[in-house]
Amino acid sequence: MTLYIFYFLSFLAVLSAFMVVYSKNPVHSVLYLIVTFFAIAGHYILLNAQFLAAVHVIVYAGAIMVLFLYVIMMLNLNQETEPHKSNYLKLAATVAGGIFMIVLIGSLKGVEKIENLNAANQSAGLIKNLGQVLYRDYMLPFEMASILFLAAMVGAVMLGKNELK
Amino acid sequence: MLTNRSKVVVNKKMTFMERIYLPAIIGGLITTMKHFFRKKTTIDYPKEKREISENYRGQHVLKVDEKGAERCTACGLCAVSCPAEAITMTAGERTKGEENMYREEKYAAVYEINMLRCIFCGLCEEACPKEAIFLTDRLVPVSGNRDEMIFGKDKLTEKHFNQVDISKRQTPEVLAFKQQKQYQHNK
Amino acid sequence: MVSGYIIYKAIMVVLIFLIGLGIAAYSTYAERKVAAFLQDRLGPNKAGPYGLLQPIADGVKMFMKEEIIPDVSNKFLFILGPCIAMLTACMTGVVIPWSTPITIDGVSYPLQITDINIGILYVFGVVSIGVYGIMIGGWASNNKFSLLGALRASAQMISYEIAMGLSIIALVMMTGTISLGEIAAQQAGGNWNIIYQPLGFLIFITCAFAECNRTPFDLPECETELVGGYHTEYSSMKLGFYLFAEYVNMFISSAIISTLYFGGYNMPFIGRFVTDPNMLSILGVVFLFGKIFFFIFFFMWIRWTIPRFRYDQLMHLGWKIFIPLSILNIILTGAGILFFNR
Repeated sequence: MTLYIFYFLSFLAVLSAFMVVYSKNPVHSVLYLIVTFFAIAGHYILLNAQFLAAVHVIVYAGAIMVLFLYVIMMLNLNQETEPHKSNYLKLAATVAGGIFMIVLIGSLKGVEKIENLNAANQSAGLIKNLGQVLYRDYMLPFEMASILFLAAMVGAVMLGKNELK
Repeated sequence: MLTNRSKVVVNKKMTFMERIYLPAIIGGLITTMKHFFRKKTTIDYPKEKREISENYRGQHVLKVDEKGAERCTACGLCAVSCPAEAITMTAGERTKGEENMYREEKYAAVYEINMLRCIFCGLCEEACPKEAIFLTDRLVPVSGNRDEMIFGKDKLTEKHFNQVDISKRQTPEVLAFKQQKQYQHNK
Repeated sequence: MVSGYIIYKAIMVVLIFLIGLGIAAYSTYAERKVAAFLQDRLGPNKAGPYGLLQPIADGVKMFMKEEIIPDVSNKFLFILGPCIAMLTACMTGVVIPWSTPITIDGVSYPLQITDINIGILYVFGVVSIGVYGIMIGGWASNNKFSLLGALRASAQMISYEIAMGLSIIALVMMTGTISLGEIAAQQAGGNWNIIYQPLGFLIFITCAFAECNRTPFDLPECETELVGGYHTEYSSMKLGFYLFAEYVNMFISSAIISTLYFGGYNMPFIGRFVTDPNMLSILGVVFLFGKIFFFIFFFMWIRWTIPRFRYDQLMHLGWKIFIPLSILNIILTGAGILFFNR
């Protein structure tokens, strides 16, 4: 049962991810991306990480993608006004994407070693355990991330201001 | 300034209590709640009818006398007095055998009031020397058609067996007033 | 046993779905009646005694109307919009605890469809998806007014979701759980959360008004500026779905407000008069619905009292007042917990 759901969700995620890239209409791309996020949230639930799934839906599908959609709806994007990208940019994008893929493969190579860490633990993804892990074992990275967010927020406010004094 | 209720607009700074708005919102809620329990002003029309004035001026009636003969003699005074020019008529001469239908020798063969033009002022009633036309407390029925709003004798003349009560408009005072020649409009 | 469990859950799901729709249908009637009474009128009273059959008449009217799909719009998305709005409105009801479990022949039947351990987050997740119904519908209509309504709706709902979430965090800090069933159970007796979280409640209910697109925050569909807002191009039952979803949302948010802050199915001192647990849980349903009806009435009461906000005022209120206030509320709650639980 779980296996079939996993296959279905994976298929859905990969298919809609392809459709994000291939659909001509940017609004359709965003909607496919939302479907992808939902499929990934389904994966989280299969991994017993309900909290992560809910937060994923709230933050990514519910907030960030709404803002994406908001901006795309305001812009009048169609094929005539699509900016032509120079070969320079295309090359840079290919290189950056390739490097990102190498990073991903490199990081996933080490996963096999910690495979059976919490597989049997049903409550690993519950909010209580997650909080304890975050605030006890990974306190420093967590606080660093929050400071990063604060810096980003301040930067956004500064950029959004009309005149700098 | 006439009512002493005018307020001068001032751009004063709002106090803290005013700025949190909550007292104002609660005040508004209390006001609307008072209206919730107030007596409703709606009149549920077909079931209940609005109370109308005693001398209400509604749809006209052409009176008949006690024998059932039409009182109107087609003198045209009502048409002349009508400020909206809503009344038209054609006179006809009474022939032998029609004495129980028309009171005088001359009668209105056609008598039409355009209810779309009529302003229900009651001047026709005041001008009539024969006590033939009166305004009643009946409402003029509505129609989706302009032609239907021109009322002929079929709709205006009352039936002998079903006379319309006009005692509220034809009081003794009114009769006495009508006797005085100097107040007559159309000499 | 397992099949009996599934049948019981299926009955519960259908029952709550029907009750939700029924209450939403009669909310339309109640809205018109309340509006009329607050304005010294009588309201609908022709269809049936006191106009009680009015929702059915309205429903028949909605179904009989001609269905118009604009030629230029994206047909699939145009239909998807109201579907999402209705779906998300109906989905939220499953986590609300209607009462304590009823025990028959030693088998306990919980009056809650599912008590998932992330109850509040589930509600938030579903609500945050709800905005897509409005956005997709507004965009697919290919109409300026619809698009403006959709943009307003999305900006408004995102802004107020933040303040809503922050006001809930203070509550979660106090209760120590995010399961709605446990939060309701903790408020047994007169121990309602409103006593400890008045500021949080104020923020939450205001944000709930904004999330439901109710006056004074009904800018996405304000008639004076945007014709019909995001549903300008909609007709027939698709329009009905949008309007209906608003009332279902109102019902659900009333239920959540009652559960989070007003004790849910609890009522103080009732334990002294009734001791039978089954009787208590049935009474609990009655109390919860009483609270829900009060809040639905409150939604309408506010609607006919306070005029609509201007859009910049709305954003100012959401970002510059409610978010700092709810952060302050979190700090105060944290200080209170430290001080009293030392």
